Amino acid sequence: MIQIECPFCGKRDQSEFSYGREGQITFPALNADENSWYDAVFLRKNTYGRQIETWQHTHGCRSWLLVERDTVTHKIFSVKLAHTDWQEQIKKTT
Amino acid sequence: MALQVTRFSAWNVLKNGFIGQSGWSRQWRDPEPKSKYDIVIVGGGLHGLATAYYLAKNFNLKNIAVVEKGWIGGGNAGRNTTIVRSNYMLKGNREFYEHSLKLWENLSHDLNYNVMFSQRSHITLYHTPSALDSAARRYNIMRQTGSDAEIWSRSKLEKKIPHLNYAKNARFPIYGSLVQKRAGTARHDAVAWGYARAADKLGVDIIQKCEVTAIDRKGQKINSLQTNRGKISAKKIALAVAGNTSRLWHLANLGNLPIESHKLQAFVTEPLKPLLDQVVVFGVGGAHFYISQSDKGGLVFGGDIDWYKSYAQRGNLPIVQDVAESAISLMPCLGRVKLLRHWSGIVDMSMDGSFFMCKTPIDNLYLNAGWNYGGFKASPASGWYFADLIANDRPSEIIKNHDLERFKRGHYIDESGAGPDTKLHG
Repeated sequence: MIQIECPFCGKRDQSEFSYGREGQITFPALNADENSWYDAVFLRKNTYGRQIETWQHTHGCRSWLLVERDTVTHKIFSVKLAHTDWQEQIKKTT
Repeated sequence: MALQVTRFSAWNVLKNGFIGQSGWSRQWRDPEPKSKYDIVIVGGGLHGLATAYYLAKNFNLKNIAVVEKGWIGGGNAGRNTTIVRSNYMLKGNREFYEHSLKLWENLSHDLNYNVMFSQRSHITLYHTPSALDSAARRYNIMRQTGSDAEIWSRSKLEKKIPHLNYAKNARFPIYGSLVQKRAGTARHDAVAWGYARAADKLGVDIIQKCEVTAIDRKGQKINSLQTNRGKISAKKIALAVAGNTSRLWHLANLGNLPIESHKLQAFVTEPLKPLLDQVVVFGVGGAHFYISQSDKGGLVFGGDIDWYKSYAQRGNLPIVQDVAESAISLMPCLGRVKLLRHWSGIVDMSMDGSFFMCKTPIDNLYLNAGWNYGGFKASPASGWYFADLIANDRPSEIIKNHDLERFKRGHYIDESGAGPDTKLHG
């Protein structure tokens, strides 16, 4: 089984996480033209090999993560938090 | 060089009984690739082989090659759960899958190859009155559009399929089911071999161990394919490589597709005496499970995809566990049965759960992709309509909305209504 090293919770089985989508996808501004929304919502690079993708630690700390993984061998090269500004965000809301 | 293929007939079976089975020829040639063809089909799976067969048969076209990176029957043709049905509701899908089922009904005769198509009924179980009502709508649409569909009550089910879990205190007690009686299973290897043999007989070159490594594209045209067995040029090129569509799409420098590659696992148990006469589908409370019994006696079953993108042709353990839980919930009698094998195939999951069969931004390139869970049953109609698209250079009315641009037009063909997330179209 794939195991993912969550920066908060440590190494956990993949079954605690849920796959999100390809990591390079960013959503355009709400008033952006239809084509850029079409690209973000519907189109995928679908890389054969190493790619960066998002996972959520659904049954753990619920963080969104950026995981670099090989889609053929399933080897994981790096894991980091997707939202690097989380500490500032928490300060703002508390 | 033409190969004299022995026809399968009662007479030949009898004759070979007397001459020690020495009268059978090999089933298809093993030609060297030529440098030029009129049409090259990339992908020697069921869809590619069926396409070549119908191009030759329906349109009398010659000079066709199918190039396959592995061997015939080694990809998804040999990695499915062999279920054939046509219980689709949406326009386009409805007519397409019904046509496919009709082709299945005569396929053994058409190919002169016994594909062991067994119309043993496809039973979808429901667990609440509202779920059954909602599904009845789909089955009414099927009845109004030339197909067959029935509702079976719980008491009828108890008589017909005695080994299901009918316990009143089951977590999801069985309420009733919808049934398509013309649906069933077929022998997957025989379908691949039958199409290969029949296409070869009509002059199609089937070239195995031939992987496309580069695509020589000039503007709006592809001139040739580089393969590990030399350069092959063609007037028309057709892709039927579901699972690996994006890889070839990138080789042609065509950008991104509304497709993700996922793996789907399937399982077979040790052989048992006859236990289950139908295909049974169980899907409630997050479970997804389908089971039938092969002619050899093994129970063949499967569940969901592995939920994350992957090109690895091997499955992982959480799904093994999920599927085993479903198996025991539905048929508690399987508790002591041993699992013989399990395997995984790579499927193109599309953004609405429906396939693509269309022209492309390249003038002489045609696309057949995005089969999600449904590739096996679709293969005869897939070959039929894809051949029509390639020969006539325009899609037929039935598949005109199965193009890549449909999401831009807002024309989703989303049978489950799950939205644009590939992994939800199970």
